[in-house]
Amino acid sequence: MADKLRTQQQLESMQNKFIGTGHADTTRHEWTSNIARDSYSSYQGHVPLLHYMSIGMGMPMEKVRAQCMEKMVLPVGPAPAVEE
Amino acid sequence: MSDADFERVRQAQAERNAVGGKKGAPDFSTQRNNPDKVSLTQSADPELYGDESRDKFAGYNTSIAVDDDDAVEDDDGHDGRLVGQYTATSAQMNEWAHGENEEADILQSREKQAQIASRETDYQKRRFDRANGASEGQSYRETMQQRELEREEERVRRLIEEQNKEAIANGDNDDEMDGIEHQAVLKDGSAEDAKPKEENGVNGEAKPRARKRRWDTGGDAATMNGAADTNGDALNGVKKSRWDAPPAVGGDVGAVSKKASKWDLPPTASGATPALGATPAQSMATYGTDISGRNAPISDEELDEMLPSEGYKILEPPPGYEPLRAPAHRLAPPATPANTGGFMMQEAVDARSMGKQLPSDIPGVGDLQFFKAEDMNYFGKLVDGADENELSVEELKQRKIMRLLLKVKNGTPPMRKTALRQLTDNARHFGAGPLFDQILPLLMEKSLEDQERHLLVKVIDRILYKLDDLVRPYVHKILVVIEPLLIDQDYYARVEGREIISNLSKAAGLAHMISTMRPDIDHVDEYVRNTTARAFAVVASALGIPTLLPFLKAVCKSKKSWQARHTGVKIVQQIPILMGCAVLPHLKGLVDCIGENLNDEQAKVRTVTSLALAALAEASNPFGIESFDEILNPLWTGARKQRGKGLAGFLKAVGYIIPLMDEEYSNYYTTHIMEVLLREFQSPDEEMKKVVLKVISQCAGVSGVTPAYLKETVLDDFFKSFWVRRMALDKRNYKQVVETTVDLGNKVGVGEIVERIVNNLKDESESYRKMTVETIEKVISAMGAADINERLEERLIDGILHAFQEQGVEDIVLLNGFGTVVNALGTRAKPYLPQIVSTILWRLNNKSATVRQQAADLITRIAIVMKQCDEDALMGKLGSILYEYLGEEYPEVLGSILGALRSIVTVVGISSMQPPIKDLLPRLTPILRNRHEKVQENTIDLVGRIADRGPESVNAREWMRICFELLDMLKAHKKGIRRAANNTFGFIAKAIGPQDVLATLLNNLRVQERQSRVCTAVAIGIVAETCAPFTVLPALMNEYRVPELNVQNGVLKSLSFLFEYIGEMAKDYVYAVTPLLEDALIDRDQVHRQTAASVVKHVALGVVGLGCEDAMLHLLNLLYPNLFETSPHVIDRVIEAIDAVRLAVGTGAVMNYVWAGLFHPARKVRTPYWRLYNDAYVQSADAMVPYYPPLEEEKLRRNELMVII
Repeated sequence: MADKLRTQQQLESMQNKFIGTGHADTTRHEWTSNIARDSYSSYQGHVPLLHYMSIGMGMPMEKVRAQCMEKMVLPVGPAPAVEE
Repeated sequence: MSDADFERVRQAQAERNAVGGKKGAPDFSTQRNNPDKVSLTQSADPELYGDESRDKFAGYNTSIAVDDDDAVEDDDGHDGRLVGQYTATSAQMNEWAHGENEEADILQSREKQAQIASRETDYQKRRFDRANGASEGQSYRETMQQRELEREEERVRRLIEEQNKEAIANGDNDDEMDGIEHQAVLKDGSAEDAKPKEENGVNGEAKPRARKRRWDTGGDAATMNGAADTNGDALNGVKKSRWDAPPAVGGDVGAVSKKASKWDLPPTASGATPALGATPAQSMATYGTDISGRNAPISDEELDEMLPSEGYKILEPPPGYEPLRAPAHRLAPPATPANTGGFMMQEAVDARSMGKQLPSDIPGVGDLQFFKAEDMNYFGKLVDGADENELSVEELKQRKIMRLLLKVKNGTPPMRKTALRQLTDNARHFGAGPLFDQILPLLMEKSLEDQERHLLVKVIDRILYKLDDLVRPYVHKILVVIEPLLIDQDYYARVEGREIISNLSKAAGLAHMISTMRPDIDHVDEYVRNTTARAFAVVASALGIPTLLPFLKAVCKSKKSWQARHTGVKIVQQIPILMGCAVLPHLKGLVDCIGENLNDEQAKVRTVTSLALAALAEASNPFGIESFDEILNPLWTGARKQRGKGLAGFLKAVGYIIPLMDEEYSNYYTTHIMEVLLREFQSPDEEMKKVVLKVISQCAGVSGVTPAYLKETVLDDFFKSFWVRRMALDKRNYKQVVETTVDLGNKVGVGEIVERIVNNLKDESESYRKMTVETIEKVISAMGAADINERLEERLIDGILHAFQEQGVEDIVLLNGFGTVVNALGTRAKPYLPQIVSTILWRLNNKSATVRQQAADLITRIAIVMKQCDEDALMGKLGSILYEYLGEEYPEVLGSILGALRSIVTVVGISSMQPPIKDLLPRLTPILRNRHEKVQENTIDLVGRIADRGPESVNAREWMRICFELLDMLKAHKKGIRRAANNTFGFIAKAIGPQDVLATLLNNLRVQERQSRVCTAVAIGIVAETCAPFTVLPALMNEYRVPELNVQNGVLKSLSFLFEYIGEMAKDYVYAVTPLLEDALIDRDQVHRQTAASVVKHVALGVVGLGCEDAMLHLLNLLYPNLFETSPHVIDRVIEAIDAVRLAVGTGAVMNYVWAGLFHPARKVRTPYWRLYNDAYVQSADAMVPYYPPLEEEKLRRNELMVII
């Protein structure tokens, strides 16, 4: 019992630290948004990758970076309405 | 008691004395009135024995300052004595009374010791004097008026006291005296008096509390706890017959008339020990012991037997009287008397012992851990058996709270947890009023114990969060209860108190806090002011200093009363103590706030101001001198003007401010103050001595003060006044003097100090010698011995040898001192070594064990120096002597001797050791069997060293023998011993080859004890590491074929350690062990799989990036199904192993296993998968990005990744 409580607390504290972590009740929407955001931030963080992409997309690097950043807002659209 | 009452009492006395006087006048028949006989009741010599009419404690310090720096009390008692009383200082007398030196009072019962109140000092007990809730429901203005009134009362009372004292001093005290002697007569009257008052208290009516006097104590005590204290009657010490004792338990006692006879007692047997009043401290632990039986109330039947049947009438209970509680039909049956073994006379069951025990099971609460008699006062309602359906909502709520509180206070941990949560969740629903009305009286209970207090405080803390601004009406009540925590001895209690007050101030807001606490700032009672100041400091730290600063300014400049100024300054003093260097940004404001009080007309305010400045300077060290600019002048001139206690405060402030200054200023100001300090060297006051020493060491520390200056002006006087035998007697002075001397020594050099004190080493007082040795040790270890000239060196060694030989009690200080001096002298010690060694040899022969032990320890310390001095011959001699002493019977001494041998072996080397190793080691083998820790530690170390450096000096058979002995050491409690034993296995294995050692160890895997098996596993790992794994692995894996669980597990465990130790070397052995692991991972036994998982983990971590991915993937496949284990150990190991494999084979590959279960329909499946996902995410989120599963919806597609050039 106490052990369960502790794992619960650990999970909570971890989720406070790392937004992308999930739990058994994570929805598809949450998970896919996290994937998208992580991907975009990863592209921006790896300069060679960003460079490569910008060449491939025919856009300046900074534009691609800005695009990546903008796309992080609601990356997979708004959350579906909760069915009661 | 108001003044009118006071007058009346005096009149009554006067009348009675008049009557008495008339009767006795003609013949002087009574001694009392006979002028030439000594009174029986009065001490013969009031000068000597004191005189009871006066306050016994006049002239004594009745309040003990809670912290050392605060020596300010309120009653400046002049008792008319012109001559000081010469006696030991209070510091000396109380040395063992409290603080860290406190001795446990063995006469006090355990139960009493647990109670907080019984540990408190008189000063802390004054919290019970503080009327609770007196100011509730009053407006701010009314409160202020009431405070005004109290102050006035206090003033008048003092005046009267003064007059009385004067009258006594003038000698016309005869009739006064008589009046007080006739206490019994007075008491009855006053008891009657006290009654209505008590009822007032019970009704909670706001009424100014009367000051305490001798004859109204009872009334006071009863009012104190308000409705809660039903023992009021018992407390007032009025002599009562057993008959009218109220049933101590249960509602309001006031209802029981004084004249009621015993027949009024409710027939319940549950009334706990009503007859013998004062706080019955009887716990549930008294089951079956018959002591309580003797004290139990007498039953009706017994009374019928005892009393004559005629001449007595059984009265009807008066109308309106009803038993307080329903008969105890719910009470738990008493436990059977504890049988202590042996023969026991069977006793007839005493009807009284049935059911009079306290209940352990309260309806609606469940089984409690304990239930004390006092708890009945608060929770009695729960057992009154009232029908819940008939109660009003309010009452129901009250009971609900009561039940929850009882669960929190007395329940088992799980009960507590749920009850606490319920209280917290429903706090707003219950409302602040009902909650605090029940919690606060509980906290004021005298028999409260630490644990209970902690829990109740926790409750308050939690509900404060929930109630938020709803607490406002209760702020003062809460403060009254919580403030005493701020001066508790227990650190954690203080922290708790601070936390509550800071939460309270956040909830109630600054304005409300100020308006609530303002009236207490100039309260008549010093205790109240003190705690309020501390509480205010907490408020300041919670809400920020700047917000409070304007208020503090106003208080510190208050024209109306010096008490307010005093408290204001005290708040400023407490703030830095509480907040430390966080005061720096506001330092200027705080200093400005109190600066002017340095010139206050009240001496006390001046003193506390200087103390506050000291605290501020201490907290802000080494910054902030510019903030103190304003007050430097008044401080320094003040320090020249003041005397006595005031001066101590000023000097303290000076001492803390000087280190903040830069060089030239500090020099200038030091010279200015030094004159005063030098003068105060002679002060007999302990406090002053302490301060002076502190200031000197602070002055010595600043760079502006030159060594030359110190040598010229300070040192002579310092050594003259402080290096005297008397200082060594008091522990505190001793410490302080040593510290200051060392600080001075850091400035003026070793030679200067040692030169001055070296002669004391031959002093006749042992503690003085000890103090000298300690100082020399500290000075020399800080600065070396280069500064000591040849002549001094001789005297030093000579003195320290003398001190060492003359010790009455062997002390570590002398040992350290000797060791440090010899080590510091290094090769210069050569001429003295023969003498030292002969002393050691002589003492090694001593009868007393401690002397021998110390001598051996000394060898350990000086062995290195002896080597430096090329005294090999001497060491050889020592070695052989020590060898002789290996038969020592005292384990402590034997341990030291072994330690000495070890240090000699270390410095001279194995080859040139005398006696030769081949003789020494066989002597050590039996000693290995010794169970004493110190012996074990030293032998194993010595043996390990020999095994490491010179294994060839002993033959292999001897080493094997040692191996067997070592196995036992694997069971040792001390980790160091186990570790040393394991390492020694490694050395021995290296020396004689692993085969034999391994065989021994593998056999040991079959033993029963787990610890031994684990340590054997570790040892195998170590052997494998030192002798290369291929020498061990085949035998180990072969051992796995033994069809015995313990052995197989042990093998797996050894493998786990082995792979942990060998790290990257594992890559050569992965494919060899994989089949074994395959088998282990699919075993039925959980523990088997668990251990196998940990092997996999270590293997995988070892081979990261070394090309063993195929094997790892294979192991992962076998590991993965274990994901659904539920036992925490197993699942943890499995997850760790999977994580390790992820590192070895790459995130992408392992994540392919994870995707499958993240959105599985069954939660049981999802949960562990998400755990894996989270671990992977935390450790390598970035590496996961390329491997996320392709999601084909328009929005989810990651087109960027599709770019191909």
